[in-house]
Amino acid sequence: MYKCGVYPVTEKTEISAGIYSYVISCPDVAELAKPGQFAHIKVDGFTLRRPVSICDADKEKGSLRVVFEVRGKGTARLADINVGDKTDIIAPLGNGFTLPESMAPGRRVILAGGGIGVPPLLGVARVMKGNATAILGFKSRERIILAEDFRRAGAEVIICTDDGSAGVRGTVADVLRDESVKGGADGVFACGPEPMLKAVVGECKKSGLNAEVSLEQRMGCGVGACLVCVCRAVRGGEEFMLRVCKDGPVFNGREVMP
Amino acid sequence: MKPKDLSVTVAGVRFPNPVIAASGTYGFGEDYAELYPPGVFGGISCKGLTLSERAGNPPPRIAETPGGILNSVGLQNPGVDVFIERHLPYMKKNCNVVIANISGETIGEYKKIAEKLDETGVDIIELNISCPNVKKGGAAWGVSAAGAGEVTKSVRAATGKPLMVKLTPNVTDIAEIARAAEAEGADCVSLINTVLGMRIDVKTRRPVLGNNAGGLSGGAVFPIAVRMVWQVARSVKIDVVGMGGISSAEDAVEMMLAGAKAVQIGTVMMGDPFAPLKIIGGIERYMEENGIDDLSGIVGKVKPW
Repeated sequence: MYKCGVYPVTEKTEISAGIYSYVISCPDVAELAKPGQFAHIKVDGFTLRRPVSICDADKEKGSLRVVFEVRGKGTARLADINVGDKTDIIAPLGNGFTLPESMAPGRRVILAGGGIGVPPLLGVARVMKGNATAILGFKSRERIILAEDFRRAGAEVIICTDDGSAGVRGTVADVLRDESVKGGADGVFACGPEPMLKAVVGECKKSGLNAEVSLEQRMGCGVGACLVCVCRAVRGGEEFMLRVCKDGPVFNGREVMP
Repeated sequence: MKPKDLSVTVAGVRFPNPVIAASGTYGFGEDYAELYPPGVFGGISCKGLTLSERAGNPPPRIAETPGGILNSVGLQNPGVDVFIERHLPYMKKNCNVVIANISGETIGEYKKIAEKLDETGVDIIELNISCPNVKKGGAAWGVSAAGAGEVTKSVRAATGKPLMVKLTPNVTDIAEIARAAEAEGADCVSLINTVLGMRIDVKTRRPVLGNNAGGLSGGAVFPIAVRMVWQVARSVKIDVVGMGGISSAEDAVEMMLAGAKAVQIGTVMMGDPFAPLKIIGGIERYMEENGIDDLSGIVGKVKPW
């Protein structure tokens, strides 16, 4: 179930250089949104919308938070939207993460996020409360985003950076390799660049952990009709082209990264 | 005020309004149903069907371009049998005119698909001889009058359903190809399919599309489409369905003035899913403002200099 409508932006923050956080007031969308789903945002003057993952949904306030990075002309135009402006979104779209309905005492999930892949995991942290460990990887200290938000949501946060300027020096997969981190975990939810996801899924395969990954692809309609945003998946030995917008964006890691 | 009658008749089939969802842009009519029923369209041309299931081309399959997009989907579809069993019942129940768009790698495949559809409730068969994104078949027939005529003739013999032949713009003389389809029994032609194009990432030196080249659609191709519809409409007696970059009611009317009896829309919906409602509403307003009671009265009524 999704909506398409025009909604006001109530907050705008540049949380790191070129990375913007927007809060959009859209009660009907917020009510439906699940962690891992995305919003397809119209960009004035462009043919295509831009898919942006939903970072957080506040059902009481009726608001949606999205965080995106300016990567090209379209996202630069999106970043021109200011508080009080209206934004045209189709949301919530796609399938989110498969969250456990209850957690046995002492059990938890691992959230593995890299760079601009970190935002969609915040909603998971919020639902999991204290039952989540978030491994958040960035290029360097200056690029860290949302770490405080994850802590406030109740997650244990492990920061890692490529250059060692903050937290552990190394990648998210490096941290995941540590038994003291992944021991006792029920599964991994991951979002980030493809090499990182492959490394995370590889690590999960070795230790028999389930992994769900959120993928990105150049997208058209966003609702499953046009078949442009596909990814390869292997199910029961057979290869399929699945739609990132409708069959995903969250997939079983073993199926899309066999 | 009495609501206007927007109906048109194409290839002997009545459409409650002249706006049709173009093949490949609206799946099998189900994906936008959360916003409005697919019955708002005069008709829907389903995703291009092949005899067996096809996985399509490697991603990325889309690139944004000035005023449009390039795509290289490559006819990903579940095959005609799955369409008949799982998707056609929904379309028959919820859509107005149901158009089955078909593609073959060989003439034999086109015939077999047409034979299967001949026994179903499909209203029109749209013969895709213009897909730019497949290696075999597709546009191979659509680029010559002889090829277009040959496929049309074979499918004509295989089905009694009205035949719409979808033409490629990537040819020297599209009117000659339209005449060949007409001569071999086509009931109407639809045009244009996408215009062949390509983009290259200057940093990686890689083509932006996984299939290297693709088909251009959207507002950027609209003037090309209008010109070709105009040329074809003057050259054949059968009905013409116009498409290619239509983004507004004014564009739709323009296409009809060029000679299209109905129009297909697609790319515009990626930006605005409500475009069909706006275009249909806009056509009705145009009729009211200009005192038009019968839409077919404006078809081909451009006054050339």
